[in-house]
Order: sequence, then structure tokens, then C-alpha cells
Amino acid sequence: MKKDPGYGAPSTPTARLRRRKGSTEAFPEVDKSNGDNLLVNDRNKYKSFLIRTYSTVWMIGGFTFVIYMGHLYIWAMVVVIQIFMAKELFNLLRRASEDRRLPGFRILNWHFFFTAMLFVYGRILSQRLVNTVASDKVLYKLVSKFIKYHMVTCYFLYIAGFVWFILTLKKKMYKYQFSQFAWTHMILIVVFTQSAFTVANIFEGIFWFLLPASLIIVNDVAAYIFGFFFGKTPLIKLSPKKTWEGFIGASVATVISAFFLANVLGHFQWLTCPRKDLSSGWLHCDPGTLFRPEEFALPEWFSEWFPWKEISILPVQWHALCLGLFASIIAPFGGFFASGFKRAFNIKDFGDSIPGHGGITDRMDCQMVMAVFAYIYHQSFVVPQNLTLEIIIDQIMMNLSYEEQRDLYTQLGQMIMERATGES
Amino acid sequence: MRQKEQSPPPSPFTPPSARLRHRKHTKSQEVFPDVSKLNGGSNLLVDDQNKYRSMWVRTLSSFWMLGGVILILYLGHLYICAMVVVIQILMAAELFHLRRIVHESKRLPGFWLINWYFFFTAMLYVYGRILRQHLVNTVTSDKFFCKLVNGLFKYHMVICYFLYIAGVMWFILTLKKRMYKYQFGQYAWTHMILIVVFTQSSFTVANIFEGIFWFILPASLIAINDVAAYFFGFFFGRTPLIKLSPKKTWEGFIGGSFATVLFAFMLANILGQFRWMTCPRKDLSTGWLHCDPGPLFKLEYYPFPNNIAELLPWKGMWISPVQWHALWLGLFASIIAPFGGFFASGLKRAFKIKDFGDSIPGHGGFTDRMDCQMVMAIFAYIYFQSFVLAPGSSVEMILDQIERSLSHEEQQKLYAMLGQIFQDQKYGYM
Repeated sequence: MKKDPGYGAPSTPTARLRRRKGSTEAFPEVDKSNGDNLLVNDRNKYKSFLIRTYSTVWMIGGFTFVIYMGHLYIWAMVVVIQIFMAKELFNLLRRASEDRRLPGFRILNWHFFFTAMLFVYGRILSQRLVNTVASDKVLYKLVSKFIKYHMVTCYFLYIAGFVWFILTLKKKMYKYQFSQFAWTHMILIVVFTQSAFTVANIFEGIFWFLLPASLIIVNDVAAYIFGFFFGKTPLIKLSPKKTWEGFIGASVATVISAFFLANVLGHFQWLTCPRKDLSSGWLHCDPGTLFRPEEFALPEWFSEWFPWKEISILPVQWHALCLGLFASIIAPFGGFFASGFKRAFNIKDFGDSIPGHGGITDRMDCQMVMAVFAYIYHQSFVVPQNLTLEIIIDQIMMNLSYEEQRDLYTQLGQMIMERATGES
Repeated sequence: MRQKEQSPPPSPFTPPSARLRHRKHTKSQEVFPDVSKLNGGSNLLVDDQNKYRSMWVRTLSSFWMLGGVILILYLGHLYICAMVVVIQILMAAELFHLRRIVHESKRLPGFWLINWYFFFTAMLYVYGRILRQHLVNTVTSDKFFCKLVNGLFKYHMVICYFLYIAGVMWFILTLKKRMYKYQFGQYAWTHMILIVVFTQSSFTVANIFEGIFWFILPASLIAINDVAAYFFGFFFGRTPLIKLSPKKTWEGFIGGSFATVLFAFMLANILGQFRWMTCPRKDLSTGWLHCDPGPLFKLEYYPFPNNIAELLPWKGMWISPVQWHALWLGLFASIIAPFGGFFASGLKRAFKIKDFGDSIPGHGGFTDRMDCQMVMAIFAYIYFQSFVLAPGSSVEMILDQIERSLSHEEQQKLYAMLGQIFQDQKYGYM
């Protein structure tokens, strides 16, 4: 299902498609047939188009279902996607002949994967875990101890893997083993950075996960449609099917839809409330100033033509504009990077898990760049201004035990009281 | 000054007992095939005139390095950090240079610039995070600078992120047909180098500001382990340790471990008595330090039990609690840290390089010296954060932080928020 038939004779360049999903073309053919890519002219393309649409619908359906289920399930979905991505990428540069001479070498990869998972999720979710077991004294002590020695545990697991690697170095296979070691590290860093930030975002509110992810998808689809109808000037040599018209049209479309999508999504408390622990029940919270609608009176000339006198805008929509801008301009570079990488190593697709789309990494390449940006944006611009206070509170909750927290509280109270009486 | 070693021809009568375990010496001067052939032959140091000369060269450079380090220690935290940064730059330069294929990079003008660009971004990110609090404390006197620095730090992460993204975009835009593989290889290599170099140096710097003690003790232990292992291997070395480094022996390894642990115990005692070493530095000043070193460094008297006291002239020992921590550091330095050296050896064999560079006469490059130090520095930081930061002091630390960095209104706000959190915890979340 990844194969595509060759193209007809090159004709008008107008039909040069901008299709991100089009990683199913074989590269040499694309270079030669700079011309005719009209979708309508090709029966087989209809069939592959159908297959792709089918998988897309399934993916979107599954995704919506998971969102409905809640934060914990979304996290589980992220972890599963991560495992699949890592598996694809681990297998990519593996050479079967060498591997046969190195029994147990693959387990090392998964050992590092497991260590990374323990480290990353331990850090992110430690506070939530503590809050979940706050009621139970015994469990609380256990969990606090675990969190206190979390860094050491992960470090020793890593060192164990490191020592194991050195002890399994075999003569004449050094280069292969070291390359695999470096490759493993790179994969884990790439996969875990973005999933760590994604999970951190999820627990701040599903909105901050759903909006960036949707924007990438919207950008893809919009770029395809614009390229389909107006595509003429090629964008970059790395991905010959992309066009400037598709790029610019998609950017405009993405920014506009970001604005409206934020409005729609912002009305659901399920999406906007942060989750402070690991429960999976319903959420109620005060959405905060960001999601409270504000009324803007429309200018005179506008209200003459349209029946609305004013529109309500959530302040978060302005943030969504920035996210949309990033999603359309910078995030595609993730796709270019992946394309370049595939060309460099002469691979067609990262895997073939998803019929018609390639592997999971093919779908996630732009998402990764976006997830990291969404987290950084959220931390820097959205989180309330009293950042220092939040940091200190986090520190207090995480590093101190129950009794120590109370102790701190009383001492702080005393300090404030003394100061008040001293000044008066 | 790195000369090729001519080892004496193997004679069937020289005992294998003289197989050396020596990290500092001729390891990097043997050509690898010779070593594997000579596995049964003699490596007696005393038999070789050339070895004396190379030993002399190495000792000379060692003394210069030692002298330089001592001078910098005397000057203070900021200068030590500067030294770490300089070593970092030199290491990165060595490693960047290693994989560069000269004729390929000629066709990619400005490509090596990308390496240094990522280096600069990483430095901004790492040191910005670590020194954030210290920088804030330094400029608290000046209102304007305070505002400026605080503003910069609020957006520190975004700034670094956009610098990085700009670098990635630049990289993608400079991808040239037919050179994709080389460029991606360089890109991955750059990232690996930066991660390796910056992880250990950031942890080193974090340790330095907690107290020079936590930098000098681990570093000395690695050096002591090297020297001790050499001497034990020299006199008793017989059974080879690992195929990767054929000059290492089990006798040297075990003897070195014992010596290192012993030295750790005693060195911690000596070093722990200097305020200059044990006091943490909270800002970026360079003046003298006064502080209460804390219960960790207070010497306590342990009287010997009666039967031992009769045998020895001393009735008891002065021990500070930190010496027990030092035992663990010594254990790690002698058992696990050498694997950093094995890793570097394996890497050099895999890519058929002799040394990472040739900056230090007789020793090779900076990376050759620093390979074990890197593993140790990370462990020292993690150990310190997990086991040394005593539980009681956290409350004081945080209270201290609150008093220093928050205004009166913010402190009251904090108090109110804490109260709210405790209430929520008591009654459970809705």
C-alpha cells in the first residue's frame, strides 16, 4: 500500500500538489516527473486516497474517544505512541547481520527506554502522584521516599545500562555498537522531549494539547487543498511536492481557524481545567481569566452589514493566534527535517504501521516540534505572572514532607506576624 | 610532543608480571596492533629509555596542570567556573574537529558555524538556568538591573528555544543534495557532543556553587585512583582487566579501589576544615566567604574501644560526618568511573583515532583527561542532591529563599496560598 504507480507524461505544472501525506511517492520518480500530478487523472490515486482517508478517519475517531475519556487515558495514548515510535526508529538503522552476532544487544535499547520513561514521567507526574495519595498516610510516605530518591534510582539504572554496554563491546564490532548507542540516545531524546512536554501540557488542561495538535492537522489539510488548486511554485528541494501557494494559503487558514477553534474549545471545562492529581473523574474548576468571554463591540460599518452587534472573544484566542502562526510557519520544518533524514539514509518511510500513511513517526514529525513550542509558550506567556510564587510553592510541595510543610507554614506565619507587630 | 613508542621486542623470558596498569602513561602512545601482539611480552617500565623520557614529559605537564588548578581554586568559585567553561570549549572544539572530513566541509561553507551556534545556545540555556538565582542575588542592589535580569529570566526558556529553532531551520536550509548523510551525521554528532559536554559541566558548576569541596573532592578522587592504579599495576599487575584497555590489570584495579576509598576518607577530613571549600556561594561575588558550615563538617571525637586503644598511641579519632559520604564517592570513583575511560577507549578504537586531540603534551587532548571526570561529576551532583542536602535544612533553605526573593506582599500572598492548599488537602479535591 505504500507503492504508487508511476506518473504519466509531464504536463501542466499547475497540478503540483502540496501534500504532506504524500510520502508514498518514490523519490526518484518525483524528481523526473516534475509535471503531471493531477489527482483526478489517476485511478490508482483514488484508491490510495481512499485508504488514506479511511485510516485518517479511524485515527481521528480513536483520538476523539481518548480525549473524551480523560487525562489519564490521553497520557496512556501518548505513551503507546511513544513506544511505537521508538520501536520504528530503533529498527531503522539496525543491521540484521550484525545483530545476530550480538545477542541481547536490543534489550539494551529497551532498558534505556524504560529508564528514560521512569525519569521523565517521574519528574512530571511526581506532584500529581503525591496529590493522589495525600489521603493515605502509608502510601504517602512510600511515594515521598520514592520521589526523593527518584533521581538516584534513574541514574543508577542508566549507569547499569552504560556499564552493560561497555561489557558487551565485541572486537571488530565497536563501530556498529557505538553508532547504535549514539543512535539510541538520539532517538530517546527526540521521542521523550516531545512526549514529556506533551504530557506536561495535558495535565495543565487538555486544551493545551488538543489545540496545537489540531492546528498541525488543519495546516496539513489546508496546505494540501491550497496546493491542489493553486499550487505552482515549488517550496523547497527537500519536499518537491510542496508549493509556496499551499504554504501561504495554509498559514492564513491555520491562523484563522486557530482563532475560531480556540473559541469553540475554550467553552468546555473538561478541556480547560488543569488536573492536579491522577484521578479520572469529572473536573470542575474556575477556568480563570483566560477563558472568560469578553464582549467586544463591533465597529459601526460592520454591524450595518451583519446582524451581530458585538462578539465575545476569549482572551485565549489571542494566544491561539501565536500558536497558529508557529504551526504554519515553523512546524513544517519538522516535516522537512524528516524528509531530509529519509533521503539521507535512503529510507522511504519510517515504518508501515498506518496503512496509507507510513509509520507513526511520519505522522508525528511536525507534532513533535509543535508540542515543545506549545509547552514553552504556555510556561512563558500563559502561566500567571507570579511565577516565582508558583516555583516556590512547587518546591515546598515537592521537596518537603508533610510535617515539614506544616513547619514551614507556621514559621512563615510567625515571620509575617513579627514583621507586622514590629512595623506597627 | 607525542612520540611513537618503540617497545622492546618481546622476549620469552620476561615474566608477564610487569604488565602495567597505567592510565596516565603510555596507553595513548602505543599503536594498537602492537599492544595486542605484545600481550605476552614485557612492558617493564624500567627497561625502556624512551619511556623514561615520555614519563618525564607527562609528569611535567601533570605538574603544570595541577599548579594551574590549585591557583584557580585559590581564586574562587567564579574563576573555577570560568576554568570549567574554558575546558568545555576546548573539549567541544576537539570533538567537533574529530568527525570533520576536511574535503567535505570545504564544500559546505559556514557549516562548522552551526556547531558553534548550537554550542552558544546550549551555554546560554544551561548556565542561565543554573546561575539564575545567583545572578538575581548579585544584582538585587540595583533596581533597574534587577528588573532587567528578572525580565530576561522570565523569557529565558523562550529565547533559548527560538535560538535553537533558528539553528535547526538554518541547518535544514543549508542541506545540500548528495551531502545529506554527511550533514545529518554531523548534526547528530554535534548534539551528542553538546549533551555529553554540557551535562557534566553544568552539574560541575552547580556543585561548585554548593561549595568547592563538592567539586574538588570528586575530581581529586579520580586523579588519585589513576595514580594509585598505576602504581599497583606497576608492582603487582598480572591479570588483564578488560580487552578494551589491555594495560589495565585486576591487581591495579582492586589496589586502586582500596587506596581511593582510604584517601577519600582522609581527604574529606582535611578539606572539610577550610571554610573556603565548604561554604556555598549564593551570588556571583568573588570575595571571602563566611558561613556556618553546618553539622556535616563538624568534627566529632570518636574514642576507640579499649582493646584497640591499648595498641595504638591515639585514643580516638576526629571524624566529621562528611567523611562517610566521601567513602561512597571514593567507591564510585574507583569502581564505576573507570568505565568512562573504557568507553572513551572503545570509542577511539571504533573510529580508529589515537587521541581526541593533542593539546596537552604527553597526555593527549582535554577529552582524554576528562573522560572519567565526566562520569564522576554527574554522580557527585546527584549524590549531593539526594543524600547530602539534609532534610532539616530544606525548610531553612526555602524560608531563606522566601525572605530574600519575595516582597512583603508576595510573602503574605504565599502564606494565604499555602493555607488554601492545606485546606484543600484536608478536605480532598472536589
